[in-house]
Amino acid sequence: MSRIEGVLQTLKGQGRKALIPFITAGDPHPDVTVSLMHTMVNAGVDIIELGVPFSDPMADGPVIQLACERALKHGTSLRRVLAMVKEFRATDNATPVVLMGYLNPIEAMGYEVFADAAADAGLDGVLTVDLPPEEADDVAPLFAARGLDPIFLIAPTTTDERIRAIADHSSGYVYYVSFNGVTGAARINVEEVAKKVTHIHELTALPVGVGFGIRDAETAAAVGRVSDGVIVGSVLVDTIARNQTDIEKLKRELTDLLNPMREALDSLAS
Amino acid sequence: MSVKLTEEMLTALPDARGHFGAFGGRFVSETLMDSLVTLEREYLRLKKDPEFQATFDKDLADYVGRPSPLYFAERLTRETGGAQIWLKREDLNHTGAHKINNTIGQALLASFLGKKRIIAETGAGQHGVATATVCARLGLECHVFMGAEDVQRQSLNVYRMKLLGAQVHAVTSGSRTLKDAMNDAMRDWVTYVDETFYIIGTVAGPHPYPLLVRDFQSVIGRETRRQALEKAGKLPDALVACVGGGSNAIGMFYPFLTDESVQLYGVEAGGLGIETGQHAAPLCAGRPGVLHGNRTYLMEDDNGQIASTHSISAGLDYPGVGPEHSWLKDIGRANYVSVTDDEALEAFRMLTLVEGIMPALETAHAVAYAVKLAATMEKDQMVVINISGRGDKDIHTVAQLDGIEL
Repeated sequence: MSRIEGVLQTLKGQGRKALIPFITAGDPHPDVTVSLMHTMVNAGVDIIELGVPFSDPMADGPVIQLACERALKHGTSLRRVLAMVKEFRATDNATPVVLMGYLNPIEAMGYEVFADAAADAGLDGVLTVDLPPEEADDVAPLFAARGLDPIFLIAPTTTDERIRAIADHSSGYVYYVSFNGVTGAARINVEEVAKKVTHIHELTALPVGVGFGIRDAETAAAVGRVSDGVIVGSVLVDTIARNQTDIEKLKRELTDLLNPMREALDSLAS
Repeated sequence: MSVKLTEEMLTALPDARGHFGAFGGRFVSETLMDSLVTLEREYLRLKKDPEFQATFDKDLADYVGRPSPLYFAERLTRETGGAQIWLKREDLNHTGAHKINNTIGQALLASFLGKKRIIAETGAGQHGVATATVCARLGLECHVFMGAEDVQRQSLNVYRMKLLGAQVHAVTSGSRTLKDAMNDAMRDWVTYVDETFYIIGTVAGPHPYPLLVRDFQSVIGRETRRQALEKAGKLPDALVACVGGGSNAIGMFYPFLTDESVQLYGVEAGGLGIETGQHAAPLCAGRPGVLHGNRTYLMEDDNGQIASTHSISAGLDYPGVGPEHSWLKDIGRANYVSVTDDEALEAFRMLTLVEGIMPALETAHAVAYAVKLAATMEKDQMVVINISGRGDKDIHTVAQLDGIEL
């Protein structure tokens, strides 16, 4: 059983929901990322999605675009991100880490070289925004052989036929994008999300994480009620943007954002 | 090593997943997949629908003004002293470039699909103008995304688009040029996917765009083939076209792919020179990667980050290229070369002075290479240059280089 499956199964046994933060690796600086990851674990998160910065993040809104630019300015390459995962793993053997990003940095590194380095670093999952399952034939066996969970997106526009196909190609969890749009937009409609996630649960046994538009304890709880986990990104990245120089203050603010989300999610269990 | 292409090989490409050999495909976020699958299905149906094709042909004739002439550039030929140089006059199309062939076709598709909101990206503004034009004609809402730097250097086209009723969105992220305009167009598309049709301006992007844009632009090559046989009594020996994304080049090349005797030359933007790194020539100096929905040759750094490009011509200032060109390069069917900013400018002036035809700076790249090529060929041979657009939009850029304020 993969680390991701283990964590999600334990949570399910406890009737709890996963809190999954997203930050862009290398933002505000590559030297800070690992300690921000530990801070988030201390604030109660279950799985970390680490963004690999890309020059042309087409699926992201301005908040994450700017985070990519900051990270790239400090030379955050995919190799460097994997080194961060390895460093994190040295002192945290429990929290799964998923890389989230675009295909080209992986393609430039070489699929097999990447898969080897990812496994060596202790990475758990890979979510490539612009790689649908149809194009994943080359990477799938490489990931499977190394125990890396391929995580794919499901969108409001995804047909039932595609949901089944996506689930067949996925392990760990599937990521439901809560609305048509880019990251950081405020378009979430909790009722529609509930309907679609319930439907996805009918089509696959995989856990469903929901991301896009979750900004606070209230939206986290509303979405957590129907899903297996919530993914929180832009609001954290925005906090990083506002506290680039004072890292201690940044850690306090991240903790202050995540703690109420954790409490709100856990209050659903009772 | 060149492969002999047959009709059977060509009809098999792209394959069911939109691949041209190792290139092409559909690399987009999940939100767009259903829309692309629907577009592919509907396009493949309409491609065989006589009513759709008849409407398209009628619009090309009566609205665009096709066929565009194939003109023998007698004086340019004499000055060059080599092969006969002929010009395929896409600059004479309505709106002044080949771009309208494609926007007519895609707007027709949008109408058949019942989409009322159109978006487009543009570099030099030619595709933006061509899109705004068809939207005005059909009463469709039109949003054009354009890099902030290009908004500056192509202000004439920006104003034309506004007069045509389009909203022009200046894109300030990244390098503020064509690739960033395409990023923002894709962000808009993913947000308003249900009501929006994205009219992509070149033979790039996710499947089926490279296929359908090529089909719509192939009228250029089909006409050229017929006109060459009529006027010169033979097929051309060489075709030369500029390549940014590569839509005018593929439109010219495609109907000649199985004619082994016809040499194909795609001319990329060499900028300040390939050796300086300041260029936009992925086929000459890039490597395969994935951007904007397809796998193709790209300009990127060792870490897979997309490199910033440079070209005097906004329309060629793009780090990628259509996947079919990548395939034609790898199988050796077409030759891809580059021409610098300075060479293109010189060709712009030469064609203007010698033939009274002012080419777009994009097109001037093809002219510059074709003149060099023709000089090495026999006098009874024939070179056709695709004059993909007219140069009015570039007068400010050229005047500025001459130190003249207009």
